[in-house]
Amino acid sequence: MLFKVFAKDELPKLFDLLAANPVIAPVQKGVDQHGVPLFDFDVVHDFADLRLDYTSTIHSAKRYFLPYAETLATFTVDKGGWEKQVDLNIDRRQVLFGLHACDINALNKLDKVLVQSAYPNPFYAAKRRNMFIIGLQCTPRPQCFCRSMGTDFALHGFDMFLTDLGDSYFAEILSAAAFQFMARIVTREPGHDDHERYKAVVAEKNGRFQAKVDSSDLTKILDMEFESPAWKAWGDKCLSCGTCANVCPTCYCYGVEENVDLDLTGAVKTRRLHSCNLIDFAVVAGGHNFRPHSHARLKYRYYHKHRGFVEAFEEALCVGCGRCGEACLAGITVPAVIASVREGG
Amino acid sequence: MRGQLSYLGVELARPRVAFFELTSCEGCQLQILNNEASLLDFLSLVEVVNFREAMTERHDDYDVAFVEGSVSRADEADRLRAIRANAKILVALGSCACFGGVNQLKNRFRDLDWVKREVYGDFPIITQEVLPLSAVVDVDLCIYGCPIRKEEVEKIVTNLVLGKAISHPRYPVCMECQASQNICLFDLGEPCLGPVTRAGCNAWCPSNRRGCWGCRGPADDANLAQLEKIMAERGVSAEAMLDRLECFGGFATQADLLRSAAADGRKP
Repeated sequence: MLFKVFAKDELPKLFDLLAANPVIAPVQKGVDQHGVPLFDFDVVHDFADLRLDYTSTIHSAKRYFLPYAETLATFTVDKGGWEKQVDLNIDRRQVLFGLHACDINALNKLDKVLVQSAYPNPFYAAKRRNMFIIGLQCTPRPQCFCRSMGTDFALHGFDMFLTDLGDSYFAEILSAAAFQFMARIVTREPGHDDHERYKAVVAEKNGRFQAKVDSSDLTKILDMEFESPAWKAWGDKCLSCGTCANVCPTCYCYGVEENVDLDLTGAVKTRRLHSCNLIDFAVVAGGHNFRPHSHARLKYRYYHKHRGFVEAFEEALCVGCGRCGEACLAGITVPAVIASVREGG
Repeated sequence: MRGQLSYLGVELARPRVAFFELTSCEGCQLQILNNEASLLDFLSLVEVVNFREAMTERHDDYDVAFVEGSVSRADEADRLRAIRANAKILVALGSCACFGGVNQLKNRFRDLDWVKREVYGDFPIITQEVLPLSAVVDVDLCIYGCPIRKEEVEKIVTNLVLGKAISHPRYPVCMECQASQNICLFDLGEPCLGPVTRAGCNAWCPSNRRGCWGCRGPADDANLAQLEKIMAERGVSAEAMLDRLECFGGFATQADLLRSAAADGRKP
């Protein structure tokens, strides 16, 4: 592992070096009714707009990898037939500046399905390859349960990872590209004191976790509790609105629609992210709905994330970021749902 | 410009369409005319034979009738029946036609004669309980919204011409609002019917920081009971929620239930 330390006033220089490409970073979007700042990822042009002290963002950075709506193909149509155009966006680089470990781990999980599977998603893969990612050590909030999911540290999936040591940053360098950029700002080798300060920061972070999910043996417990009345109780609350899937960094389910242009000379095929909680998620040709009840849809959301995905990849499709619980108006949170199901009702 | 319509070499019939209005502001028809960028394409896709807001000529041989507005007089009901008899496809255009719209607010008063006296005094006027089109004739298709979204009408008309299936989103506005990366209005202290209202508007109002008033009516499987709890937890009164639910008529059934629950002295 390659470590470097650099003074904080070097970071704007690093930003400017990277800003030849679109830079996506946490910014403050507003304040809620209690005066609490609300953050989200956005394209940033000025280092001064960056909020590296952000707690979490309302939405994950997923839309820069998996847009809510993405054109898969356009078609030109005439009397003789049709022609298809596909743009995989292979030549557009982006920089993600300040991603927390949970969100980096989310990308690593998406990679398993969308890149390393039998049927890779070329749109996602192209974006992933063209993304330069700077990770950032976080300050856990009370609702964060990444530690339970084993996603509170990122081992790979980024170019460099920064930890705030007060007057300087401790940088972990993982890619050749990151090494090249670091060579263009003033850095130094970390000494014993820097290592001690790094360990103290991480120890302080680890002491902050409050929310927990007991994931031990969870795949089996979920099988045993398939008929648990807890599902019905949560289903009664669920608004079937899809907000959880939209803020989630790992939800990737989608629908495809095809529309013909108004002048009948073209058509477009669009992929839109969908959510397993929506009423029509399991509607098939002919109109039958395999999951007409909200409790069944909610249950299968948990089964995908905490059972099916675990059996396939030996890890959950959840990074414990807590966004879904925070965004849910009905107050449905992952720790509460899993705890109630474990109790058997 | 107006040669034979065709798609992929297949010849298509250009439907003869007509636009009509009953009790309404005619804003939905204005929406159709509003988007100049696509207006010519729209007009080449169909043959408009009757559109009082846009042209002088009028013919009664049409395939598709778009009817805006609600029925609030007996003669409107007769006119609507005549349109139905002429049209192969009758489309309810906008919230008034689909649900009664803002006009149906007067139905919320028990004494309609009192309403008439309050508004018109002694002026002689015929008016009755406001009805959506479907209470008078069979409606083949509803296009929701106050006003309708032109893009949605264009998509629907294109699909009609091509013979493709037409469907509306069945999920609530939240889905589109979140995809627009909006801050949830509940976090800003503003009530919103987005969690129970049918999507398709691309979260038009919430994206402009105005809470949803439910003009597109309920989403399939809308969880009103939970929204009542959410509103109550956040200090929104039952009456304030009813104001929104009753505004366009799409939630009339649910609003009636809430009102009768309140009248029974139970917690709404």
